[in-house]
Amino acid sequence: MPVLWLSLIVVAISIVMFVSGRQRALRASGGDSRALHSLPNYYGTNALMKAIVPAFGVMILWLLAQPLILQNSVSGMIPDSMLTEGSTMGLVMSEVRRTADGLDNAVAAGFISAGDAASAGADPTTISNMLRDAGQVVTSDISQPILNAAQAYREMSATSSSLMTIVVLLLALAGGAWGTMQSGTEFRARNVVERGVLTILIAAASVAILTTIGIILSLIFNTVEFFRLYPAIDFFTLLEWSPSFSGRGGTSSLGILPLLWGTIYISIVALFVAVPVGLFSAIYLSEYATPRVRGIAKPLLEILAGIPTIVYGLFALLTIGPLLVSVFGEDGTGWMGGGRSVMTAGIAMGIMLIPFVSSLSDDIINAVPQSLRDGSYAIGATRSETIKQVVLPAALPGIVGAVLLAASRAIGETMIVVLGAGAAARLSLNPFEAMTTVTAKIVSQLTGDSDFASPEALVAFALGISLFVLTLGLNVFALYIVRKYREQYE
Amino acid sequence: MTDASLPASSDAPHRASLMQADARTQKRKAAEKRFRMYGIAGIATGIFFLIVLLVSIVSSGMGAFQQTFINVPVFLDPAKLDKNGNRDIEDIKKVSTFGYNPLIQDAVLQQIEQADIDTPLTKRKDMKALISASAAAQVRDTVIANPDLIGETVTFRILAASRVDGYLKDRVKREDVERDKNIDAAHLDIVDALVPLGVIQKTFNLAFITGADASESRAESAGIGVAMIGSLFMMLVVLVLALPIGVAASIYLEEFAPKNRWTDLIEVNIANLAAVPSIVFGILGLAVFIQFMHLPQSAPLVGGLVLTLMTLPTIIISTRASLKAVPPSIRDAALGVGASKMQSVFHHVLPLAAPGILTGTIIGLAQALGETAPLLLIGMVGFIASNAPDGIASGLLDPNSAMPAQIYEWAKRADPAYYERAWGGIIILLGFLISMNTLAVILRRRFERRW
Repeated sequence: MPVLWLSLIVVAISIVMFVSGRQRALRASGGDSRALHSLPNYYGTNALMKAIVPAFGVMILWLLAQPLILQNSVSGMIPDSMLTEGSTMGLVMSEVRRTADGLDNAVAAGFISAGDAASAGADPTTISNMLRDAGQVVTSDISQPILNAAQAYREMSATSSSLMTIVVLLLALAGGAWGTMQSGTEFRARNVVERGVLTILIAAASVAILTTIGIILSLIFNTVEFFRLYPAIDFFTLLEWSPSFSGRGGTSSLGILPLLWGTIYISIVALFVAVPVGLFSAIYLSEYATPRVRGIAKPLLEILAGIPTIVYGLFALLTIGPLLVSVFGEDGTGWMGGGRSVMTAGIAMGIMLIPFVSSLSDDIINAVPQSLRDGSYAIGATRSETIKQVVLPAALPGIVGAVLLAASRAIGETMIVVLGAGAAARLSLNPFEAMTTVTAKIVSQLTGDSDFASPEALVAFALGISLFVLTLGLNVFALYIVRKYREQYE
Repeated sequence: MTDASLPASSDAPHRASLMQADARTQKRKAAEKRFRMYGIAGIATGIFFLIVLLVSIVSSGMGAFQQTFINVPVFLDPAKLDKNGNRDIEDIKKVSTFGYNPLIQDAVLQQIEQADIDTPLTKRKDMKALISASAAAQVRDTVIANPDLIGETVTFRILAASRVDGYLKDRVKREDVERDKNIDAAHLDIVDALVPLGVIQKTFNLAFITGADASESRAESAGIGVAMIGSLFMMLVVLVLALPIGVAASIYLEEFAPKNRWTDLIEVNIANLAAVPSIVFGILGLAVFIQFMHLPQSAPLVGGLVLTLMTLPTIIISTRASLKAVPPSIRDAALGVGASKMQSVFHHVLPLAAPGILTGTIIGLAQALGETAPLLLIGMVGFIASNAPDGIASGLLDPNSAMPAQIYEWAKRADPAYYERAWGGIIILLGFLISMNTLAVILRRRFERRW
């Protein structure tokens, strides 16, 4: 039974349970709800929760576990001989799954009879021809073991689905019945329901932790896999990045250093644009501007922060790049070969970071107490002297923190560098040369056609974990600086 | 205590008048003015960048909303389209677009002859450069939908080729044409002659807003409509998942969470997740949703799940802020008349915080709508999103693109005609973002309560 229908039936059951739980409570009190411990609806909700929560919980767990268990039992049917010819278990299993899906679809569309699809004696070539006729995507002719495995897979997943349907429906009914039976004048339905709601709230709050765990696990597992295929020492020390396209490793040099250099270089250029502009804007907005000017200029600057990064990427590629080429290109100084370069991406990224730096610094400067300024004015300092010698030193840790946060943003930025920075990894000092970054390479290594088991694809996870650690480290460091050197005013 | 009676020290500068600033004061005043100018320069630079950005978006992108069409009466020759002459729909369907091309080319050639244009291009084949490759499909679809038209002369508004369109929009220059093997100067002469006659017309291009993406060689028929539907389904997923989870998490953290390690851990986690680069969420989506759970690649459902995880911190942070803004007296009053803690929160605090939560959610959605990087990793680029989904299930599970991913896809293509489409797509995307943010601002103004 499709999951959607099953869910709807479970929902229907729980609604029935809500009504019956509520009715039973009212009957127990003789129609006078004042005799009950809780409001009647709580009794209904109690029954509803007991019907719906365990049923859905089991269903979700089942759906998650089913592919894993099926995969394990089916993979035993694949002979080792199939794994030697430059293939891996993952590839074979995906072919098995594809075949099984193809059979399912073909049976559903009426091209193959259910008996044919499941029969053990079916001939692989006729089946693959039939699948092709049915418009299913089959890569190559299906071999006998794969067909057998696919048939077993289908059979087991069908059994598992019907088993799941039965278990889930039974759970919903049993839970609902239990909840209904509890309804009575003495039963503290509200407390039970509220405890249940609290559990749901805690579960929702834990999604953040689950996400982090998910990120870390998916990065670590694949990175470990990568280091099994490719020496870690090379990854961290090689000065060359040139993945081979054959996808078998060996000839690839996958050193992170050129990518890191590109990332840092572009971020530095970006900060050179963003920090002066952002900081001076913040100073002017918080110290000089009249409320009217502030009310206009601040939202205008913040528009820059709301513009999606793809727009900056296109701006870099199609506006900044050609502009720079016309000045520094072959017609000008001749430093620049093409439109994509460190400067192109850096300037676009700098523009993106201006509002980030300015609004963070603005908050920090505003947090410096007025008494410090008043004291400075009182001994005859001008406004700019007050700002330079009193306000800025007091706000410095916060501003450094803001710049570090901006740097972490710049390092993690993807679209601008994918479009504006180029694809060749280079260790060079010329800012008008095309370079590439960690994020751009994550995209290019994972969006190609290479399979996930090759070191060329897996390296993206190692790059990802480096990026994650780098940005997280910068963020933590920024917060540490802010906390450690913050001046405490009462 | 009588310093005032001491004689002024002899090396003190002699001042003629207070009204005249001495050199040092002048220097300090100049420094003050300079510093102020730096501030103004900073803001001016920022606003200048904003204006340059907006101007270049609008000036490069508006062209995508106009498209060049050719109005020609096409004779639907029964001898070619329906050889058996029995108007059997199956037979008509057998004629591929190759069968229609000569008819259209003849029709255009006829227009040129009628207009009496002096041109070296007198063969039917020469007309190919003027007509979009998708014109034949357009005519064929019309004929299949209405087979009775065969044998009649029907006026079609067919797409002109991308180069012709570019010529009318000043993208293709005469001097570039010499190196271009797709079109000759003679073609441009024909275009120049046909424009005043109204045969070739540049009009509003609805197909760009509603249509589907096209293959690399047919920039003139590419549209962003299907990607828009993909984005819509992703936003639905984000709204359905992120709003309840975000609100529930915020209620727990703000109202119920005891001060303990678990709560601290959650808080630190949320703060860190807000700072994780979006591409890392893409890696998470790829590894967990596609590799591990085997959800379909390129599906808006997966995109929506990834964007949900990304937007959750934003929604949680803004929801907590609006819960915090509800004064404790409301809670105390509810508790005072006998409500339970849960009742006070759900019956009183949450409704009062709702406008703030809604505003935060809209801003979070706007952020998710413009996000591109994670979508690249879960495969929402690199193919042609040509079919609009026909239902909720297929909308969620069939491969589709999203607006920003479609823009990226166009920006990557070699034909400059696609750059115009990319900018045009950005105008539409920004249009959505601006309306969402305006809605958020209006909601905030309308319902904001100061306690």
